[in-house]
Amino acid sequence: MPFRLLKYALKKEHPAPRFFKSLETPKKSYDVVIIGGGGHGLAAAYYLAKDHGITNVAVLEKGYIGGGNTGRNTTIVRSNYLTPEGVNFYDASVKIYEGLSEELDLNLFYSTRGHFTLAHTESAMRTMRWRAEVNKHVGVESRVVGPDEIAKACPQLDLSCSGQAPILGALFHAPGSVARHDGVAWGYARGADGYGAEIYQNTEVLSIDVKNGKVCGIKTNKGYIETKQVLSAVAGFTPRITEMVGLETPIVIHPLQACVTEPMKPWLDTILVSGSLHVYVSQSSRGELVMGSSLDPYEVHSTRSTLDFVEGLTSHMLDMFPFLSNVKVVRQWAGMADMTPDFAPIMGKTPIEGFYLDAGWGTWGFKATPISGKTMAQTIANDSAPDLIHTFRLSRFEDYELTGEKGAASVGH
Amino acid sequence: MKLLTCPVNGTRPLSEFIFGGEFRTAPDQNTCSDADWAAYVHNRQGAPGDKKEWWYHSPSGTWFIAERNTLTDKVSRTYLLADAKKADVKKVAVKKAVVKKPVKESK
Repeated sequence: MPFRLLKYALKKEHPAPRFFKSLETPKKSYDVVIIGGGGHGLAAAYYLAKDHGITNVAVLEKGYIGGGNTGRNTTIVRSNYLTPEGVNFYDASVKIYEGLSEELDLNLFYSTRGHFTLAHTESAMRTMRWRAEVNKHVGVESRVVGPDEIAKACPQLDLSCSGQAPILGALFHAPGSVARHDGVAWGYARGADGYGAEIYQNTEVLSIDVKNGKVCGIKTNKGYIETKQVLSAVAGFTPRITEMVGLETPIVIHPLQACVTEPMKPWLDTILVSGSLHVYVSQSSRGELVMGSSLDPYEVHSTRSTLDFVEGLTSHMLDMFPFLSNVKVVRQWAGMADMTPDFAPIMGKTPIEGFYLDAGWGTWGFKATPISGKTMAQTIANDSAPDLIHTFRLSRFEDYELTGEKGAASVGH
Repeated sequence: MKLLTCPVNGTRPLSEFIFGGEFRTAPDQNTCSDADWAAYVHNRQGAPGDKKEWWYHSPSGTWFIAERNTLTDKVSRTYLLADAKKADVKKVAVKKAVVKKPVKESK
């Protein structure tokens, strides 16, 4: 239990606590500069200080912290991936998440719900069996279940999906969870701030100085910063940053949209995903259904929303839950997903000395927040990437050693 | 309705079109290095800006080129590859169309 709760319950005064210092102008130099004040960047700052004692760190955020993809995802945490390397990595993240509320002393509303990936075709069932076996092999609790077990967990679900796409079975992943995503960013921000890292909001990186293949400084809208180590953790803005240092990557940007309904009484305990119907849905602690779908089908650097998306998504939701026909969608939004060809992230060192990349998080970044922060902090502190993320290195493309995770993407993109 | 102009069939709803990715020219496979070939296979110009892209008009099976800004999502012109190879591509310039997301396509 967060002890702050007890402390404040016994106090007569309750001043609004600040999570981190409000700073205006960055110093002239830092040991490490992190571009991007989302979950990943803030977690990296936190673990740099906590695990490695590196506290002379600035986090630069163009907007406000957690206002990018950290606050735009559908908050699902899971580790039922397809490659053993991927399963190991995301499982390490789930394990940190489970104790994170306690560690950050902030209630993240981390709620383990169980996660069903529904299969409507024989080929989907084959992928579910494959994932279940890989997961079990690595020690992650996943198994293939039949329609009976799905009906027991979610009696409201129309198993025939309006006769359009009858459900044959599912991959059940017991540790599947949801969490309050902005809380994760705020918790890491407070933790990093407490150790002495500095967080600058409304601070935009204009260019990065590279001399003789080494990073030497960053020009921002708030002045020039000298530094030898830069971490780019900017998700949908990655191509703009890599262009500044002349680094080529396979990353392209597609919008990913999501929406929520008006709040209802709790009725959906589990997290449901349907690849064929392009739907993933869970019920938030406020009672809203949080729903997402597949990527927009072409490249745009924009967070605009479209009517087509809501029409498509809700029609598939009604196939699964016909009784929702009177429920209203109250909010929709989009994030910019930095997609890679193999649906795995790009993490670690780059050919430019002192320039580290934490990118290619596409539609799967939130669940990896703690472990990516931890492993990127390790990479920066030791100037060498740990084995856990070797499979995600940028040079895998040159080596044709891709980490094929497309089959574990929540919906067929 | 969101529209795009097919150089053969004229202005049609965007739901009839499929995005085919960036228009790129392959390096000579006999002379280029392994690293250059790997870069050609995997890397893309991901930064926002004016791009030449492949688009496909699905009902008629027409592949064509669209020049589009990936930040503003404005299409400046569309034309067939054969016309792009002619010296003057201005003749096939078409009126501007705003592109938005089509009815969802499964890839």
